[in-house]
Amino acid sequence: MRAAVVVFPGSNCDRDAYYALRDVLGYSVDYLWHAEPRLDSYDLVVLPGGFSYGDYLRPGAIARFAPIMDAVRAYAERGGRVIGICNGFQILCEAGLLPGALTRNIGLKFICKHVYVRVENNQTPFTRLFRKGEVLHLPIAHGDGRYLCDEETLRRMEARGQIIFRYCAPDGSLDEAWNPNGSLEAIAGVANENFNVIGLMPHPERACEALLGSTDGRRILALQ
Amino acid sequence: MPKARIYITLKPTLLDAQGRTIQNALHQLGFEAVQSVRVGKYLEIELAPDGDPRAQIEAMCQQLLANPVIEQYRYEVVDE
Repeated sequence: MRAAVVVFPGSNCDRDAYYALRDVLGYSVDYLWHAEPRLDSYDLVVLPGGFSYGDYLRPGAIARFAPIMDAVRAYAERGGRVIGICNGFQILCEAGLLPGALTRNIGLKFICKHVYVRVENNQTPFTRLFRKGEVLHLPIAHGDGRYLCDEETLRRMEARGQIIFRYCAPDGSLDEAWNPNGSLEAIAGVANENFNVIGLMPHPERACEALLGSTDGRRILALQ
Repeated sequence: MPKARIYITLKPTLLDAQGRTIQNALHQLGFEAVQSVRVGKYLEIELAPDGDPRAQIEAMCQQLLANPVIEQYRYEVVDE
């Protein structure tokens, strides 16, 4: 397996992603600087977490115009698998590769803790190792994670199964008390219409070893 | 030189968490008349005198300055 981790100025989870992909999952991994105009054939491209371009204007708003993003878009259009984690999710939304937008957490706090997330669709390349409804334990660390989209987009995504993760209680039930950031419909992760591009606010790369409290993230990043 | 003043705010249908927090703080300070607070961004952009400044600002707002999923914008262009 060959994976690429895109590095923007201000990315800070690129090394975590690199470590999880290379040392835990055994992939061959390259860092790709944001100024690269090209992207070779990879099995997976990761847009990591962090604060690309200082989150100026809006998280992801400037990163979307990085030269590498044209290559990422072309790669996604060819069917290549892309996962955006946290800031990477924000970038994919700003770039229009995923529907919706992420804005300030409802309580305004930067939240850094483990949360429970339910698998809503296990028919995607990133969730095929889970049961539908399985509850994952994953860390979040973000200030702008409140997912929003308009009614029509929400209905279309629900009908197509593009909502792939929802924040939930430990028993898997939906409860606003367990929705950490006020996301619409407790949405924690979504896919594009072809399911080759996903974004999520939790950090699977930080949940790949038992020492770190959870190995659930490993199955999100494990590819066939 | 044309100068644009651009105001970007969350759409009115969306809960503005920052605005609500500021509203609560204002109430605590005794400003009980405050009915609502909306927080936004304000940008000033100077343009070269040639070209259609309004068309350029409109395009900038649509392509970068505002996110149409969650934000709305308005602007005025003045000559200084």
